[in-house]
Formats: sequence, C-alpha cells, structure tokens
Amino acid sequence: MILPLLLPWLMGAFALALLLNAWRLFKGPALPDRILALDTLYINALALLVLLGLWRGSKVYFEVAMLIGLLGFVGTVALSKFLLRRDIVE
Amino acid sequence: MTPLLHTLPLWAELLAALLLLVGTAFALVGSYGLAKLGDFYKRLHGPSKATTLGVGCVLAASALVFAVLGNPGFHELLVLLFLFITAPVSAHLLVKAALKADPAARPQPPPR
Repeated sequence: MILPLLLPWLMGAFALALLLNAWRLFKGPALPDRILALDTLYINALALLVLLGLWRGSKVYFEVAMLIGLLGFVGTVALSKFLLRRDIVE
Repeated sequence: MTPLLHTLPLWAELLAALLLLVGTAFALVGSYGLAKLGDFYKRLHGPSKATTLGVGCVLAASALVFAVLGNPGFHELLVLLFLFITAPVSAHLLVKAALKADPAARPQPPPR
C-alpha cells in the first residue's frame, strides 16, 4: 500500500531535480557547466524512467534506461574530448 | 497503476520505500547543489557523488521489488554497475576539459 502512494511524489521530486538541471543547462556560464548539467540531466531522467517502470510494473523501461545510460556516457565523453582537444576521434 | 504492486509483502515494501526515499533525497540534493553552488569545481561535487548514489538507491529498490515479485532481472544491476564505473570517468574528463578551457580559474591549493 505504501509504494503506489509514494511513487508519484518521488517522480515529482525527480521532475523538480530535472528542472534544476535544465536551469543550470540554460544558465551555465561556461561550456563545462553545461556539459555537467547535461550529464546530471540524463542520469536523473534514467532514474525517472526506472520509477515509471516500477509504477507501471513493467520491465521494458529498464532497456530504455540502459540505452540512455550508455549513450549519455558516450555523449559526455565526446563533448569533453571536444573541449580538450578540439577533436573527438584522433 | 498496476495491481502488481499490491501483492508485495510488507517488509519488501518498507525496504523499497526506504531505499526510494533515500535515493530521491540524494538526487534532489545533488541537483540543488548543481544549481546553487558558486563555481564549476564546487558544482561538480553535487552531481558526481549525490546523484550517482541516489540513482543507485533507486535502482537497488527497483531490483528488490522485481526480485520479490518473482521476476528478477540483471538489467537494474547492469545499469547500476555501468553508472558506478562511468561516473568518475566522466567527472575526471569534465575537470580536465574545464582546466583546459580556463586555466586561470584553477583553485589555489590550501596554505600550509
């Protein structure tokens, strides 16, 4: 009885976290701030998807979460490498 | 909303609720730190520790619920392992990129 009542509030808290990250993404003074905000944003979106899967009782969302995790890491590394070397594939 | 969650035993529900609450609190505090703190090197602390731990707790709760419901899977644990491996790597790369972008902003070492 606890989880069905609790899960919408937790999803709301994660939505608030996503809003904070998006604010930093738009405001961030320098490029590394924006990359860090994007990194945090995909991790929080992944957790939001896991909560949604828990709420719906479906395991399909975990495949999506894993894909987001993999591609988000690749994106962060590519952006950081571009800032470091002005080149991604050397 | 699924009726599946109503078949969960009480101890599993309590444990999962505790893990979810702790994880969400960590993630929210990490994101608040990212929005609030003063410069890039301070901001990096919030997400790189708190968010990873928070998402780890959420994934552990989800793995627990699905294991108790008799439908265990490796996906949550794989995502958890992958996040714990990649978070320090991406934080390190970000610091290197920030140092390259603005070397003058490197924080001073503490006085002896």
